[in-house]
Amino acid sequence: MLFSRRERPRLLAEFAAPEEMSRALEALRAAGYRELETYTPFDMPRTTPALGLRRPRLPWIIALAGLSGGIVAYWIQWFANAWDYPLNVGGRPVNPIPAFIPATFEGTVLAAALVAFFGLFISLRLPALWHPVFEIEGFERATIDRFWIEVGGVQSDLDARELRRIVREAGALRVVPLGREGT
Amino acid sequence: MAEPAGAVEACEHPQLDPYPVARELGDDAALTDQLLSPLWTRSKVWWVLFAISGLLALLFIVSATYTVARGIGSWGNNIPVAWAFAITDFVWWIGIGHAGTFISAFLILLGQRWRASVNRLAEAMTLFALVNAGLFPILHLGRPWFFYWLVPYPATMKMWPNFRSALPWDVAAIATYFTVSLLFWYTGLVPDLAAARDRAPGRVRRMVYGIFALGWRGAGRQWRQYRVVYLVLAGLATPLVISVHSVVSLDFSIAQLPGWHSTIFPPYFVVGAIYSGLAMVLMLMLPVRRIFHLEDVITRQHLDKIAKLILATGLMLAYSYMCETFIAWYSGDQFERYTYLFARPQGPYAWIYWAMTAVNVLVPQLFWFRKLRTNVVVLFAASVLIWAAMWAERFVIIVTSLERDFLPSSWHFYAPSWVDWGLLIGSIGVFFVLFFAFLRWVPFVPVSEVKRLRFEVRRKAKLEIALAGEKPSEALPEARLRLTEGER
Repeated sequence: MLFSRRERPRLLAEFAAPEEMSRALEALRAAGYRELETYTPFDMPRTTPALGLRRPRLPWIIALAGLSGGIVAYWIQWFANAWDYPLNVGGRPVNPIPAFIPATFEGTVLAAALVAFFGLFISLRLPALWHPVFEIEGFERATIDRFWIEVGGVQSDLDARELRRIVREAGALRVVPLGREGT
Repeated sequence: MAEPAGAVEACEHPQLDPYPVARELGDDAALTDQLLSPLWTRSKVWWVLFAISGLLALLFIVSATYTVARGIGSWGNNIPVAWAFAITDFVWWIGIGHAGTFISAFLILLGQRWRASVNRLAEAMTLFALVNAGLFPILHLGRPWFFYWLVPYPATMKMWPNFRSALPWDVAAIATYFTVSLLFWYTGLVPDLAAARDRAPGRVRRMVYGIFALGWRGAGRQWRQYRVVYLVLAGLATPLVISVHSVVSLDFSIAQLPGWHSTIFPPYFVVGAIYSGLAMVLMLMLPVRRIFHLEDVITRQHLDKIAKLILATGLMLAYSYMCETFIAWYSGDQFERYTYLFARPQGPYAWIYWAMTAVNVLVPQLFWFRKLRTNVVVLFAASVLIWAAMWAERFVIIVTSLERDFLPSSWHFYAPSWVDWGLLIGSIGVFFVLFFAFLRWVPFVPVSEVKRLRFEVRRKAKLEIALAGEKPSEALPEARLRLTEGER
């Protein structure tokens, strides 16, 4: 056996062209592989469906954060100027809604943007300066001009051989197991 | 300016897809190296420019220190002209910032993908302009060390800011704007920092860029989430940029002063802000494009489009000038009429009024002509003129209105002191210190976005060629033009 069961076999294939990578990705998906991941130097939205991801929940969390930010911002103004220390300026209303709108809006945007930013990196589990893929010789080109596919759920040597055939046909330069030296 | 012949041809072809981006460059690795090379290259010119900016920034530090030590009595301000240079500088800088957000957020929502080549530079301009903008109101407080009194916090004095005043609105708007711009900028930067990490010569640079790249791997899952959040941030920044200059304009328009008390102010200020900022984007972009040989990344198409935007916003601004003057006359209010028809065009600062009106209304009219929109000399001269004229516009709004208000007995002429000039010129130095540092250490063209743009342009071209098959088609030569030698 190429892998022991406990090793969670994962293979990576390197491609020189984005088109070759997308072709391989579709072929792998058609062959029944579901644990797929790509590494590309730029965003390729067309390959996303093949990864079989769930709809992101983050936008809802951001919307909720924005709503809470707005409520808190209005509450601060109301509390400060109408409740805790009612400020009578020439008999004008102490809770004037139009005057409180600018800061309420800014509070909404600020809270939403902060949650969007930190939510992004928390959901991606970053910062994580080390990752097993970084150990692969030549993987640093994944941010420059090389396109990688990572395949999990490879059950046997037979499986691995079939997988190699698929990606080689699509134009893979090489196939390497994760955590070992390349072949 | 030397342009590859192909790019010129491509631009002048009426049917061409609007992306001649990076056609003449090599493969992705060569493109990445070209865009990242300024980070590794030592340059004497850079040091000279950085030193000059540093000297100017020193002038800012001296003037600011003098202001804090001696109080704002060292400025030319008087009563009634209690706001003068500092608020002019503040509105000017914050307005300049708006174009960065406009380019990066508005245009991405509108699907204008050409923005990829210029958005990083424009966003950086926003940040540095905001740094300056924030300093002026704080210095103007007189006791700047108490600036935190503007923030609502449970103080022992049991006092809160008055949120019916425009000043706490300003604090909220500027603080939010700066924070969101910074987050947006950094989010966009992460994949390029990862590219810098993976291309950096030497261990130290690899580690530094590696830390800032946060361990970005370019995984499909990462890109998907990133794409979603980047769009959300763009969606948040778009209304934000409109709100910020609207709030700034409310500083004026909620007062009763003739020349300030006008409902047109929020849209008028937002348009003027984007107009001035686009001029500064051009002013910064043209030399950068030339010095770093980025003619294939920041193409004539970009110059053409930004010039068109300047023309559009310039026309809106001219309409605002016309409208506010007309309404002043039409209102029948003698004070309004006096400000718009006498104090500004005939008063002591009439020459500034006429200079700024002439530049802001007439100069953008040059951009009706394509030849002028792609002529770098014309573009640079026009952008510098507009940049300066927009400062003058804010000066006219602020000083001429305050100088001559309702009661002639309280009128007072305003003249700036050396400290005022020191702060203005020094703030330009502060801006350029930050800007040159940015050019030196940060990937200032979004590498991954340019690669993606090029990939999509090529994919589309290949598709067109495949669809045309063997049949001769008029679109075919253009599609071929977008591919490299080997791909054809």
